[in-house]
Amino acid sequence: MSLSDSLAVHAAIIFISPRFVQNSAGQFFSSGHTNNWAVLVCTSRFWFNYRHVANTLSVYRSVKRLGIPDSHIVLMLADDMACNHRNPKPATVFSHKNMELNVYGDDVEVDYRGYEVTVENFLRVLTGRLPPSTPRSKRLLSDDRSNILIYLTGHGGNGFLKFQDSEEISNVELADAFEQMWQKRRYNELLFIIDTCQGASMYERFYSPNIMALASSQVGEDSLSHQPDLAIGVHLMDRYTFYLLEFLEDIHPSSKTNMNDLFKVCPRSLCVSTPGHRTDLFLRNPESVLITDFFGSVRKVEITTEVLNLTHPIQRVEGSPVNGESHREVYSYVDQLPVSEIIHQKPKQKDWHPPDGFILGLWTLILLVFFKTYGIKHLKHIF
Amino acid sequence: MAAHRCRYLACLLLLFLSVILVTMSQETTLGHEQHELVIRPLHSGDIYASFQFRTVWETDFMKGNKVSHYRLFPKSLGQVISKFSVRELHISFTQGYWRTMQWGQPFIPSPPGAELWVWFQDSVTDVDATWKELTNVLSGIFCASLNFIDSTNTLQPSASFKPLGIGNGTTDHRFLRYATLPREIVCTENLTPWKKLLPCGSKAGLAVLLKSEKLFHSSFHSQSVHIRPVCQDRQCKSSSWELRQALNVVFDLHTSGQSKREWSLFKMFSRTLTEACPLASSSKIYIDVTDNPQEEQFELSPATPLLSQAVVLGDRRTFSVYDLTQQVTFGTVRSLNLMIRWKSSEGDMLRPLLHAERYVTGYGLQTGEIHTLMYNNHPFRSFPVLLLDSVPWYLRLYIHTLKVISKGKDNNPSYIHYQPSKDRERPHLLEMLLQLPPHSVTEVTVQFERALLKWTEYTPDPNHGFYVGSSVISSLVPSTVAMETNITMEQPLFSSFFPCKEESSYFARVYTEPLLVNLPTPDFSMPYNVICLTCTVVAVGYGSLYNLLTRSFQVEEPNPGLAKRIANVIRRMRGVPPL
Repeated sequence: MSLSDSLAVHAAIIFISPRFVQNSAGQFFSSGHTNNWAVLVCTSRFWFNYRHVANTLSVYRSVKRLGIPDSHIVLMLADDMACNHRNPKPATVFSHKNMELNVYGDDVEVDYRGYEVTVENFLRVLTGRLPPSTPRSKRLLSDDRSNILIYLTGHGGNGFLKFQDSEEISNVELADAFEQMWQKRRYNELLFIIDTCQGASMYERFYSPNIMALASSQVGEDSLSHQPDLAIGVHLMDRYTFYLLEFLEDIHPSSKTNMNDLFKVCPRSLCVSTPGHRTDLFLRNPESVLITDFFGSVRKVEITTEVLNLTHPIQRVEGSPVNGESHREVYSYVDQLPVSEIIHQKPKQKDWHPPDGFILGLWTLILLVFFKTYGIKHLKHIF
Repeated sequence: MAAHRCRYLACLLLLFLSVILVTMSQETTLGHEQHELVIRPLHSGDIYASFQFRTVWETDFMKGNKVSHYRLFPKSLGQVISKFSVRELHISFTQGYWRTMQWGQPFIPSPPGAELWVWFQDSVTDVDATWKELTNVLSGIFCASLNFIDSTNTLQPSASFKPLGIGNGTTDHRFLRYATLPREIVCTENLTPWKKLLPCGSKAGLAVLLKSEKLFHSSFHSQSVHIRPVCQDRQCKSSSWELRQALNVVFDLHTSGQSKREWSLFKMFSRTLTEACPLASSSKIYIDVTDNPQEEQFELSPATPLLSQAVVLGDRRTFSVYDLTQQVTFGTVRSLNLMIRWKSSEGDMLRPLLHAERYVTGYGLQTGEIHTLMYNNHPFRSFPVLLLDSVPWYLRLYIHTLKVISKGKDNNPSYIHYQPSKDRERPHLLEMLLQLPPHSVTEVTVQFERALLKWTEYTPDPNHGFYVGSSVISSLVPSTVAMETNITMEQPLFSSFFPCKEESSYFARVYTEPLLVNLPTPDFSMPYNVICLTCTVVAVGYGSLYNLLTRSFQVEEPNPGLAKRIANVIRRMRGVPPL
């Protein structure tokens, strides 16, 4: 799906002159990634943390708008705000007051919701160690040419992030998870954005290459929320993500805006806290990294003028005629409440289990007493 | 020559027609589609809308045919059925509780939260493992937390939930699994994949009305998917797969209707209809006008000449029909916005023959009692009722206190099946077949004790409480008119969901409320408090003792003033002890 999207978008770039094509193709191939993934996590529960869900959904909305399909987004929301009984407008989550922008939308797909958003599940998604029956929509199937965007929001402190009011993830755990991802070649480049209080502490411990991190506040500072809506009764967004959303609304799939502009989002005058960033682990110069490298799904297009022959024409398999015509039994609908049958139902066949400890002990005791009383020599008289 | 040419042309025409006919028949053998919307104005001013989308797929999975070409039937569900050897699958997501006393009986009942019950084919060897995998796959398809279904909330009913599709006679309940998640939330993320299963999606036909902002702002919202094998034709020698997607919604007079007794499609769904889904062979809207024969209660516009009668839920109801496949329905404005304007607010109250309630009594956090009440409102007929109760393991039922009382006397069930729970492994299962006497209330009571969970087993918000799933009451309710015993393809969908074996009664399923029970909850900050206190006590107590024992004290003179220091220097020089 995203291939056709990006094909449509990049059809405009294919010019006539072959040298021009090669030049722009060269520019095009500079980033080294072939697919984009996003893991967006909201870790807070309860109605008064509405703003964290709104934060995550606004990033989800931007990322979807710029081209990443739902199959490549793992969205984790720890609580349901849209259909919460306290929401005066159900099935909506607003980011601007006066209900201007509904970030919940009409075709949202939440992969992990409610109690499923735990530290364990988050780390399992990142490292790929999920039970075999996990469906595809809940997996991060990235490879070594994937650019991954990871966005976390919630309540945090110096060195930890709180999940659902009952557990925490520490910055050391997160750094180790990213190292596991690097060793398993699960990412090409990673952009980590965190919007919590003292968010910069979460990226202090990273040590794997190719990670760029942004946080909404430094250690010792609190990230503040933006504006309450009097009709809904809670704060709608956090400041950093509010201005990030405004910044992303101006980006379209063929923008050339780079990361340096992203670092300037929400200066201290607007955000009250000081956003921080970390680029020392990143190999490329942030100025050459496009926003759409992480937020959009810009794919490579290989232009070829050769003709490819498909091997065999696809043949439609005719439905084989049902064999065993004589075996036709007449089907019928089953009686929904067969009273007489139920009353005379035989007891359910129980599976035989070997006798457990108590029964064995009881029988051993009985046998012991028996032999003690009667003695072995009388055995032949009894049997 | 002309005759030759005529004959040549006629042959060509015949050939052409036959080719068309052959291709058309090939198309129709792959399946057909039926869409329907039933609107029933309720006495309290609310309005009940029930969508049903049915896809019939003429392929016989039971004979093990492999399929790779999906046309109307969604591929995701087709692959699920074939991979897990599913015979029947019923899944529903509901927000809100169906109020039988105010709204009557729904066409397709469902309990609050998520409910899933599946009949597997006889060829499945390990039903539990297949069930676990199936729940995981479905949780991915419907974006719901169905992976929380495990052995602690899965049941194997022994007499309820008989298959709704066709079978060859034997029903071994070993292949049935039932689970319910009363806490499951339904929101747009569940509606989105549900809409994607429809062949036209939400782009054409009745599904354009399904907008989440209006659907979830309602008193009751339920969406369900039912897959079962049905007869292909009257002889019923072969089966075909039927997929029914149903969406029931009840709009409240005051929240959605702005307290005006005037409903229209635009007011309910914020959309009007412009065309039928081109893939649907039939697409109809039925408005229940039984209580309105001469238009004295409400007025329906645009008027329609089509009327149809159907026997549904034991009663013969009259419906005004709008056929969306006919262009004339949309009129000159090319859009259909049905309006129902109420004129008078008199009318009979609905008296449902069967309804049920359930609640918990008791005080404190140790014991309690569950009461289930079943009301039989029929004046002279009694009918059988199968009650299925499932209680989680942490509420320990005392079955010796089980009492069934009707009209003040003990009512002995003719069939009881009780499976006790095992801690952290399986829940309690209680099934009873009762005969409800006419015009009576039957009360089933059982006492329980609350267990203390391990501290890691509590949810992140344990003070909310723990849910106990709804009880299911399946019964054969006597009907006032003769029911149809043969299900045909021409019947409207709302009357052909539950199969009928006899004409005098119809099968109905009623769900009670789920219970919310508080378990004794520990104070989760205690480990932190204990660590702080202990460390403080150890530090203060041991630390002080250690200091007292090991610290040595030296007396130190304070620094003398300048004059005294000079005097000391002189004295030292003289050899005299200092001051």
